[in-house]
Amino acid sequence: MKQFWKSMLKSPSGVIGLIILLFAISVAVFGPMLFPNSPWRMVQRPFLPPFTLGAVPLGTDALGRDVFAGMIFGARVSLLVGLVSTLVALLVGVPIGAMAGYFGGKVDDALMRFTEFFQTIPSFALAIVLVAILQPSIYSIVASIAVVSWPPVARLVRGEVLSLRTREYVQAAVVTGQSNSWIILREILPNALSPVIVLASLMVATAILLESSLAFLGLGDPNLISWGYMVGAGRTVIRQAWWITVFPGVAILISVLGLNLIGEGLNDALNPRLSREGR
Amino acid sequence: MPKRVLLGLLLACGLTAPALAQEPKTGGVINAVIQPEPPGLMLAQVQNGPVQMVSGNIFEGLLRYSPKLEPLPELAESWSVSEDAKTYTFKLKKGVTWHDGKPFTAADVLFSMEMLKQTHARARTNLAQVDKIETPDDYTVVFTLKQPFGPFLGIFEVGSMPMVPKHLYEGTDWKTNPYNNAPVGTGPFMFKEWQKGSFIRLVKNPNYHEKGKPYLDEIYWQIIPDAAARSVAYETGKVDVLPGGSVENFDVPRLSKLKDTCVTGAGWEFFSPLAWLWLNNRQGPLADKRVRQAIMYAIDRDFAKDVIWNGLGKVATGPSSSAIKYYTDDVKKYPYDPAKAKALLKEAGYKGEKIRLLPLAYGETWQRWGEAVKQNLQDVGMTIETIATDVAGGNQKIADWDYDIAFTYLYQYGDPALGVGRNYISSNIAKGQVFNNVEGYSNPEIDKLFADGATATPDSKRKEIYDKAQKILVEDVPVAWMLELQFPTITRCKVKNLITTGIGVNDGFKDAWLDK
Repeated sequence: MKQFWKSMLKSPSGVIGLIILLFAISVAVFGPMLFPNSPWRMVQRPFLPPFTLGAVPLGTDALGRDVFAGMIFGARVSLLVGLVSTLVALLVGVPIGAMAGYFGGKVDDALMRFTEFFQTIPSFALAIVLVAILQPSIYSIVASIAVVSWPPVARLVRGEVLSLRTREYVQAAVVTGQSNSWIILREILPNALSPVIVLASLMVATAILLESSLAFLGLGDPNLISWGYMVGAGRTVIRQAWWITVFPGVAILISVLGLNLIGEGLNDALNPRLSREGR
Repeated sequence: MPKRVLLGLLLACGLTAPALAQEPKTGGVINAVIQPEPPGLMLAQVQNGPVQMVSGNIFEGLLRYSPKLEPLPELAESWSVSEDAKTYTFKLKKGVTWHDGKPFTAADVLFSMEMLKQTHARARTNLAQVDKIETPDDYTVVFTLKQPFGPFLGIFEVGSMPMVPKHLYEGTDWKTNPYNNAPVGTGPFMFKEWQKGSFIRLVKNPNYHEKGKPYLDEIYWQIIPDAAARSVAYETGKVDVLPGGSVENFDVPRLSKLKDTCVTGAGWEFFSPLAWLWLNNRQGPLADKRVRQAIMYAIDRDFAKDVIWNGLGKVATGPSSSAIKYYTDDVKKYPYDPAKAKALLKEAGYKGEKIRLLPLAYGETWQRWGEAVKQNLQDVGMTIETIATDVAGGNQKIADWDYDIAFTYLYQYGDPALGVGRNYISSNIAKGQVFNNVEGYSNPEIDKLFADGATATPDSKRKEIYDKAQKILVEDVPVAWMLELQFPTITRCKVKNLITTGIGVNDGFKDAWLDK
């Protein structure tokens, strides 16, 4: 673990990514405490440009709502959707991939055909359809993002498990009569985890983008403010009021960039081949 | 028999007099936006908004209506009403021809009524009061009603009752008649071509029955599906006319400021769209009158008008729009007063039960309005959950009474008997339909008032009845009236006299001319 942090902190991209993510998380957690007013409240005259009034530093939107408050509350929704939907996708993808890789044969065939079924449908189109059918709400959005993002996890875990399955320590565990679930959980998965962690960090970024795109298309939860919603609502007035779209857009850009940098840092830190070369 | 002869021609002269200040010039082509692309142009069979807008140039009705909704002559040059208010005699204009040269006569009127009763839902309802129609000669049509029907003179506008050519439709299958695709009317412009997805082209009718009109040579109705592209088309000069509703409201101020651009809210008086919130009177907190009144006090309707509708429209005072007959503002007033709303909610014992709000999925403006109303209601302590849905899904929920608050707007057609009563009388409570009394308000007194109002004579008696009905409704708040909507028509200033009647752009471009 110490080794991991050491190499993680050595990679500059990882450090920058971590700083960005920590900042975004602290904004999401503590921001709403500093701004107790609802971001939906109409506080000033509409279309107030940014940097003109201290009370609304980033200006107001088409209804006179504080863009800054929207950004802060939006961080909570965007990050939450990103993290939770990734978690759900992992909970689905990891067991399926592990079982397919470990048992092989017909189980593998069945599970992989099932996975491919999802992979053949363009993921964003599927997400739109799911949200439209289930009616937009935070739950349906998380669920549909999870549904479209688990297949790569399953494929990756399967590949890892397939190669670990033939290792001697696994063979040894089989010989000593350990149960299958024990072998998967204790012997194989811990060793297959590093690429999954890297993938997961990138999936959070993708999920944030997906949520933003859905909200941009008007398929966000109408009761929650998110960055994608702000961009989508401001898009049509962009020629009169650029700030409504630009600030949340930049927020999406920076947090997705941060998560990608973390992914890169994790990759550097967790990949034994790379870290050995570095030394 | 005719005691009250209304000399429509005199009215018409009065209306067009100011226009004579500047002599109209002939010639020129107008490009206008039509949104969305109409499903057809045979006005007697399809009546969507865009169909009315384009076909209003091709077809004509017996009458048109001034901005004050007084009847004006079109194909009928004069009309009279019998003393018992049951017989209406129309004198048709002589020398009117169809686009193919055949004369227009009373037989065409008779045939049109026959067709409309089968193909036009609103015309069927309007004509239900008619006992018989007779044509003593080629230029006289006599309607005999079963009982006096106050708004009868208000049902002859082109969109409600277009005249169709008997000689092309009689004995054919109306639905598959080839003239549906190349309609023939009596109007100022003739159908020329329709490139699907691109444009509809109309050309001047050289034999139009009003001498010297129309002034324009051609009209191109441009079909541009994207709202942003429509405003760009105007900015780049591709189109000169943006009819109401063809660009988003927030683009209106920007486009209005452009050079040589004129904006008007006129031309919707006949339709007088009124926006309100359906309140489900059947269940939950909204069954309590005090909660419904609290909603009226809680919503900042001036904000909605000034910010969301860019200052266009008017705050509604009750079930009737101020543009239609027998409107009164002598009713209970509901100014924006959150404190009073809170007090009413407390009095009604509202404990924060969840209330579902259904916005109207007609684009950005309505989304923003839904958000503003939600915030207003939350500010007085109500718990509101917005339900996201599309147009069809929303209609379904409203028709199934599966909502608490829902946005809508409806046309009122100039008379409370045609466009107001339908939303409040208990005989119109029918599950599965959208635009009737879906709020479930039931009040025998209101039922009686609207029944009497439709048939009472004379006008002063009707006014008395409708004044009373409006007072009762505004006290009971069966629905929460928001705004009298105005859909601004944006044109280049060189387009003159585009809107001269209460029917606006839907009435055709016969008076319009280009100042080159």
